[in-house]
Amino acid sequence: MEPFTYSRASQTRDAIAAAASASTAQQGAEVRFVAGGTTLIDLMKLNVERPQQVVDINHLPLSEVETLADGRLKIGALVRNSDLAHHPVVQRDYAVLSEALLAGASAQLRNMASTGGNLLQRTRCNYFRDADMPCNKREPGSGCSAIKGANRNLAILGTSDHCIATNPSDMNVALAALEAVIVVQGTQGERQVPIDAFFLLPGTTPQHETVLQPGDLITHVLLPAPVKGARSHYLKLRDRASYEFALASAAVVFATDAGKISHVRIALGGVGTKPWRSSDAEKALQGHSPTPENFAAAAAVALRDAQPQSENAFKVDLAQRCLTQALATVANV
Amino acid sequence: MSTDTLSSDKTAATSLPIIGRSATRIDGPLKVSGVARYSSDFHFPGMLYAVPVCARIASGTIQWIDTAAAAAMPGVQKIYTRENIGTFYRVPKSSKAQIDERRPPLEDDEVRYYGQYVAMVVADTFEQATAAADKVVATYAGTKAPDVRMKLSPDEKPETDTERGDPDKAFGKAAVTVDHVYTTPPETHNPIELHASVALWDGERFTLYETSQAIMNHRAVMAKMLGVPQENLRVITEYLGSGFGGKLWPWPHALLAAAAARELHRPIKLVVTRQMMFHNVGHRTNTQQRVRLGAGKDGKLVSLQQDFIQHSSRLDDTKEDCGEATGFLYSTPNLRVTSAFARRDIAPNTSMRGPGAVPGLYAVESAMDELAIALKMDPVELRLINEPEIDESKNIPFSSRHLKECLTTGAETFGWSKRNPAVGSMRDKGVILGWGMAACSWIASRADATASVMINADGSVRVASGTQDIGTGTYTMLAQMVSELIGVDMDKVKVVIGDSSLPAGPFSGGSMATASLIPAVAEASREAIEQLLKSASESDAAFAKIDADELAFTDGRVHRKNESADRGRRFEDVLAAARLGHVEGSGKAKGTMNDKHPKYSSHSYGAHFVEVSWEPAIAQLRVRRVVSVIDAGKIINPMTGRNQIEGAVTMGIGMALFEETSYDARNGMAINSNLADYVMVTHADAPDIDVVFLDYPDTKLNEMGARGIGEIGIAGLAAAVTAAVHHATGIRVRDLPVHVEDLLVSKVA
Ligand SMILES: Cc1cc2nc3c(=O)[nH]c(=O)nc-3n(C[C@H](O)[C@H](O)[C@H](O)COP(=O)(O)OP(=O)(O)OC[C@H]3O[C@@H](n4cnc5c(N)ncnc54)[C@H](O)[C@@H]3O)c2cc1C
Ligand code: SF4
Repeated sequence: MEPFTYSRASQTRDAIAAAASASTAQQGAEVRFVAGGTTLIDLMKLNVERPQQVVDINHLPLSEVETLADGRLKIGALVRNSDLAHHPVVQRDYAVLSEALLAGASAQLRNMASTGGNLLQRTRCNYFRDADMPCNKREPGSGCSAIKGANRNLAILGTSDHCIATNPSDMNVALAALEAVIVVQGTQGERQVPIDAFFLLPGTTPQHETVLQPGDLITHVLLPAPVKGARSHYLKLRDRASYEFALASAAVVFATDAGKISHVRIALGGVGTKPWRSSDAEKALQGHSPTPENFAAAAAVALRDAQPQSENAFKVDLAQRCLTQALATVANV
Repeated sequence: MSTDTLSSDKTAATSLPIIGRSATRIDGPLKVSGVARYSSDFHFPGMLYAVPVCARIASGTIQWIDTAAAAAMPGVQKIYTRENIGTFYRVPKSSKAQIDERRPPLEDDEVRYYGQYVAMVVADTFEQATAAADKVVATYAGTKAPDVRMKLSPDEKPETDTERGDPDKAFGKAAVTVDHVYTTPPETHNPIELHASVALWDGERFTLYETSQAIMNHRAVMAKMLGVPQENLRVITEYLGSGFGGKLWPWPHALLAAAAARELHRPIKLVVTRQMMFHNVGHRTNTQQRVRLGAGKDGKLVSLQQDFIQHSSRLDDTKEDCGEATGFLYSTPNLRVTSAFARRDIAPNTSMRGPGAVPGLYAVESAMDELAIALKMDPVELRLINEPEIDESKNIPFSSRHLKECLTTGAETFGWSKRNPAVGSMRDKGVILGWGMAACSWIASRADATASVMINADGSVRVASGTQDIGTGTYTMLAQMVSELIGVDMDKVKVVIGDSSLPAGPFSGGSMATASLIPAVAEASREAIEQLLKSASESDAAFAKIDADELAFTDGRVHRKNESADRGRRFEDVLAAARLGHVEGSGKAKGTMNDKHPKYSSHSYGAHFVEVSWEPAIAQLRVRRVVSVIDAGKIINPMTGRNQIEGAVTMGIGMALFEETSYDARNGMAINSNLADYVMVTHADAPDIDVVFLDYPDTKLNEMGARGIGEIGIAGLAAAVTAAVHHATGIRVRDLPVHVEDLLVSKVA
């Protein structure tokens, strides 16, 4: 760990002003907000994050979950994962989110972890976490150690020759299926970014993971009003039964009308370099009958472009089973 | 510093014998309330923190270590390298002192494994030392890509470990054969308590707070390596947050801490990090085992061969004795076990729970399951018909062996008769069930032990021995033993262990501590009682003119032999009358573990029955239910005993399904060196576990007939799991752990 200064922000604008002095809000940021600290402190101890200044945002008034007049749900960036998972409105209207949160990490971690921090948690790629090994995400241009190394847990969708790291979050997958909007306050004021546009593909710049700029503070996450008659579900597959990142997961939101699928949103986890929304799979189902065959066919579409690495070809099959099963569960077939 | 002293909870007065009764741990309240001090909990005024610097290569030569930047950092007191650490001596192989990594730390410039200590920073705080350690820069020459291949071939001609008859010929002629290679990966112990040393030096003597499963051996090793007389070293381990074998023998960090304490005249604390635990304190080596079985159509084994290879470090040769149980487990006229090393650029390996037999039985018992299938015979039946009369490898009788009863009781408890042997044929609410079983065995032996027992005038009894409780229940078991032998309630027994200045006690390994302590504590108790009777006869008016020979001691009372105990006097009254503070006896029992020509073959046995569930739709495998029947002699405390078996079964599930240390081929680093990426069993994975103890005393081993129970529960378990996996999925996994990748090809739907 490198020495750093610590300050506590009592106002949003102070936090933003402090962070605006950094040269980037991505890998290598000189200023970092700390919320639960479960990602940041961990990576600081590994010398992967080396902020010179840490701004504690835990005292900002961003811990509320609020239903807006238009039916949307507004979630403060500091709402803890455990509180969000157990919130009655979330449990009732956004079951997929509650399930995804509870499938993540451990009870102790969820008690600390915040909504904003979870959105921005970093990959669990072993080489990203080992400051001695080449890693394009950590040290741009140094190479990717995972492509010829341990990559069982890494991505098969959205990868590039430069990086194959997975976005490991469970919550993000549910948010992608729910079409969440990320509310960001920056030096230029507030903007609202749909989650799909919030995360970037690695391409040639895997060190850039999101659209955040220096000074940007996530203040809220907005969920659209629940779709009438829709059910949702999160299914996570992993080696052991608890406390492990997903090998493959699926978040689905689903409604039928007169025996046909009238609304379906699909996102996959554990397989993508970002929370992986599959509009193609959605299109394959929209207007069709909710049958196991159609679900399997849609799952095949979702994984059509998969590019497995040396150790993770099994994820192509596993992710399809996961999605097929998740759809079968919400459809009750 | 006071040694550790414990008194038990009040145990309800009962006429039942105390041995064999479930008793809660007497150290439990101290642990849950945080009063129990683990080694790294010790703090002393003026204490400094040491953090080692680890090599980031696995093979090469140190050219230069640049400490300038680190030395200038805040709080840094000293940086040690080979240049200034001073001399460490080696432990002669001929001595009894045990160590797995013989080369002392910082002895030369050769890096032999990733993570090897190349320097050490000592600073005012742990954080300062850690930050400075990061800034020490080592430059290497001749850095080579390490050889960390998991595929093994013998470096030299394999050694024959045990042999009888002509196994090749018999195999060639056998009606039914199986011939497969099984592998187990490197595993890392990962006890929750990190290894730690707190070292003090007073100008002449060391006091070392260590995380040790063997304080007496630790003292012996440290004395030799530091070059001081044993008397000048005191090793203390009051509590251990588990060790699983990784804390049996000393590791280099303990020497580094002691050397710094001596040179700086300050207490030094060194806590090994979780990442270092994957390189610097041993691991279970990976094994590759070819097992060949030949049988007649009737299922009788005619030939058994096990040829195993293990990896070892470049400099050491700690054997993982996979054939430990093979020679006597089944009856067969023809048998051979061979072993070989394959050297790798990996740190030294060491014992891990059930060393040798655990990977060995995975292979042999898996082969037995495959043989049963080839024979179309029930796997329980196959074991029953191959039960030997005697230990055929040594031609001596068994001291007490009830494997057949383990098998039949287990089958009955589990409901094995309802098993349909067809793959994928058993279902429960949409999931496919797999049922598998395996037999197991583990060493029953004794190490040398001494103990002292004091009967005190205040009505208490103190038992002391230089052994340690590694979390398994030794405190409680000793209290029970003495409570039974002296006839006082457990809450009157003070157990004093965990300090090498006490009478030398046994190490806590090989499941031997309990069995080893029994004869020593029994003798010490007898001697103390004898003295008490003599004192009564000599100095207590109540027994005037009565010869000590005519007195007896029952339930804490001295009485005439021809009268009942309740007419006698409590020992505290006898001692008061004689104006004695206490009487003390000492006991000493020679171990059996090094017997060249034992009269009996002593082992524990067991059988595991496992149910897995398989959901093909999501390729999900879980262990649902385990029944383990254990023949481990007299069980002193069924509650702590059950706890040992349950823990071992759970760990065995981890071995079967999850645990695996992966080394990167480029730098030799364990890439999953943290508790999130090294996958172990969680509570959510733990199945229903039903433990049955047969409870036959093995009095040939000691007078209470107790054997050990720490390791038997993990032996054979992985084979039972993979047998169940095969039954459910049709997939035979011969390379542990079972991965979802292996099962995706299952045709069972
Ligand atoms: C052992 C372990 C296991 C885990 N297992 C899982 C799992 O199975 N599934 C899963 O999904 N997750 C898992 N996690 C990850 C966990 O969910 C995240 O660490 C957590 O959600 C991060 O939240 P935090 O508040 O602690 O973030 P912090 O560590 O405080 O912050 C993380 C990052 O976000 C930034 N940040 C935080 N808040 C804001 C904000 N409002 N605006 C802008 N930037 C912000 C910080 O600057 C930092 O860069 C695991 C973590 C650990 C350590
Ligand atoms: S996959 Fe990405 S994070 Fe992992 S080593 Fe390659 S570049 Fe780094």
